[in-house]
Amino acid sequence: MSIVNIRSRTVVLPTSNIDTDQIIPARFLTSTTRAGFGKNLFADWRYDSAGNPKPDFALNKPEANGASILVAGRNIGCGSSREHAAWALQDFGIAAVISTEFADIFRTNCLKNGLVPVLVDEKTHAWLLAHPQAEVTIDVEQSTLSLPDGTTVKFPLEGFARYCLLNGVDELGYLLSKDEAISSYEERAAYQQTHR
Amino acid sequence: MSIPKTMFEKVWDEHVVVPETDDTPAVLFIDLHLTHEVTTPQAYTELRKRGLKLRRPDLTLATMDHSTPTRTEQVFGGVPIAVDSAAKQVKQLEENAREFGVELFNLQDSRRGIVHIIGPELGLTQPGKTIVCGDSHTSTHGAFGALAFGIGTTEVGHVLATQCLLQRRPKTFAINVTGKLPSGVTAKDLILAIIGRIGVSGGTGYVLEFRGECIAGLSMDERMTICNMSIEAGARAGMIAPDATTFTHLEQAPRAPKGDAWLAALERWKKLPTDAGARFDRSIDIDASTLVPMVTYGTNPGMVAPITGSVPAQGDAVFQKALAYMGLTAGEPIRNVPVNNVFLGSCTNGRLSDLRNAARVLRGHKLAQGVKMLVVPGSQNVKRAAEAEGLDRVFLDAGAEWRESGCSMCLGMNGDLVPAGQYSISTSNRNFEGRQGVGARTLLASPETAAASAIRGRVTDPREFSSN
Repeated sequence: MSIVNIRSRTVVLPTSNIDTDQIIPARFLTSTTRAGFGKNLFADWRYDSAGNPKPDFALNKPEANGASILVAGRNIGCGSSREHAAWALQDFGIAAVISTEFADIFRTNCLKNGLVPVLVDEKTHAWLLAHPQAEVTIDVEQSTLSLPDGTTVKFPLEGFARYCLLNGVDELGYLLSKDEAISSYEERAAYQQTHR
Repeated sequence: MSIPKTMFEKVWDEHVVVPETDDTPAVLFIDLHLTHEVTTPQAYTELRKRGLKLRRPDLTLATMDHSTPTRTEQVFGGVPIAVDSAAKQVKQLEENAREFGVELFNLQDSRRGIVHIIGPELGLTQPGKTIVCGDSHTSTHGAFGALAFGIGTTEVGHVLATQCLLQRRPKTFAINVTGKLPSGVTAKDLILAIIGRIGVSGGTGYVLEFRGECIAGLSMDERMTICNMSIEAGARAGMIAPDATTFTHLEQAPRAPKGDAWLAALERWKKLPTDAGARFDRSIDIDASTLVPMVTYGTNPGMVAPITGSVPAQGDAVFQKALAYMGLTAGEPIRNVPVNNVFLGSCTNGRLSDLRNAARVLRGHKLAQGVKMLVVPGSQNVKRAAEAEGLDRVFLDAGAEWRESGCSMCLGMNGDLVPAGQYSISTSNRNFEGRQGVGARTLLASPETAAASAIRGRVTDPREFSSN
């Protein structure tokens, strides 16, 4: 699936260091498919002990309904490598995450699923945190984020990742196309590989 | 004279199948792919959907650890696994391993254990290898001078199908540790102090290399504890140069090279340490001799204090939120925080020496009234070795539970949980909200500190028991 533009209102979770255990707690990782994790997204922040939505949690507020861009505090996605975090966000309807810092594995997992990580400067971030439900536009081709007042900021998006997002390119297909190079490496470096 | 290289650069360069360009990441070859039941099912589904085979079954190993039961009757006694969905994952891994030809240590296998404990036990974890697993604590294997890192499930699929990953080269970060750890201060305290200093995202984008006289003097178990928690500083990986300590460990390991292959491997491994004059992108110095035991007070591993110190007096909104969750007050001494549960285990501190160190403190004592303690060896091998030297008796006599191996209460996927609102002093790696159970309050510490705290029922400096 190709991703070119995302235009949406934002939903804001200002907490920094949101770890993947918060995004999707471990007890929900026992599924063997990729589907359906959205209902447990942020489960322990979103629901009370009886399973009812907590009205004051940002994602539960009526105005968050339909918002597909999450603005998160610094260093989103730290901790566990669980890709279920990206799947849960996406299944819930999030298409892009904005922060000043992304944990490495989480960022990779987002990109592998077409969930756009948008890294912004402190000033832009502060503005976004202060203005929930701002209508913003993410242009993947230009790697820009446009704010309601027309301000446009660039965000870093590695060339290959951008190409894959724009063209819906499947990275496994690309790796499989390198079969010859892999075979020749395997011959060349056979000494360093352990066999059972 | 060639350009001096860091150890990371040597391992990286050796594994480049297709070099990176401005437009494309490098194709990097993976020497060892460790897998488990939780992060692989969707990857196998993808392979099946595309009609792909496993490229290198001989470089792939599967075990069960994350969601598996630790109660003996559920592992060996024929009692069904209590958590239905976990039972389903275990069954699915068995089916996938059979269909794709992966060697699997199933639930009853005597070699089973936490994936990051068994790789080094078997000797499959070796210097200079690239090692990946769908688990962030794969960084553990860097203790042997391997480049080892956690990946998501899509990348697990990439490695299953091609034995390669698409990667941009990370930066390098030297952590120079001078001095010696004082008596009663452990590798766990050192890595907690490092994370406290650089922060939970201080290592983002970097591969750490732990260096210096302190690191060189550590055992393999201690080095693994340090590299294990590199990810808690956000690092891509952590590495320690292989040396005589590394080689002695490997020489006894069943799947390390033997005979001529061993000698050839030694020759290669000895060339791995960072060259004199090699440049790191960033570096810091830590003096180990000034450290004391460390305990976390908050909801990430960077929120840590010396056991002789206090919760910081003030902080931002995140700090306030963390203290509210933990039920602690700003400025309160960390010593004497109540402890209701003790967890000894995990890929951080579930090895034989960890159990020995805790047992040394606990021997002849009972758990404080109302304290529950769960001891979960990191592998079945660790369990047998501990039983052979009577460590199980020390724990059982004190009133602790002695279980089968697995990840257990580190992440509570298998039903081993800390009740809401209770404090748990834990030798694991993450004190995130809800990590050990909804509402559970985790205090990360060393096995020694955990054992001392179990005796008193409150956070206790293990050096008070040093006469034992």
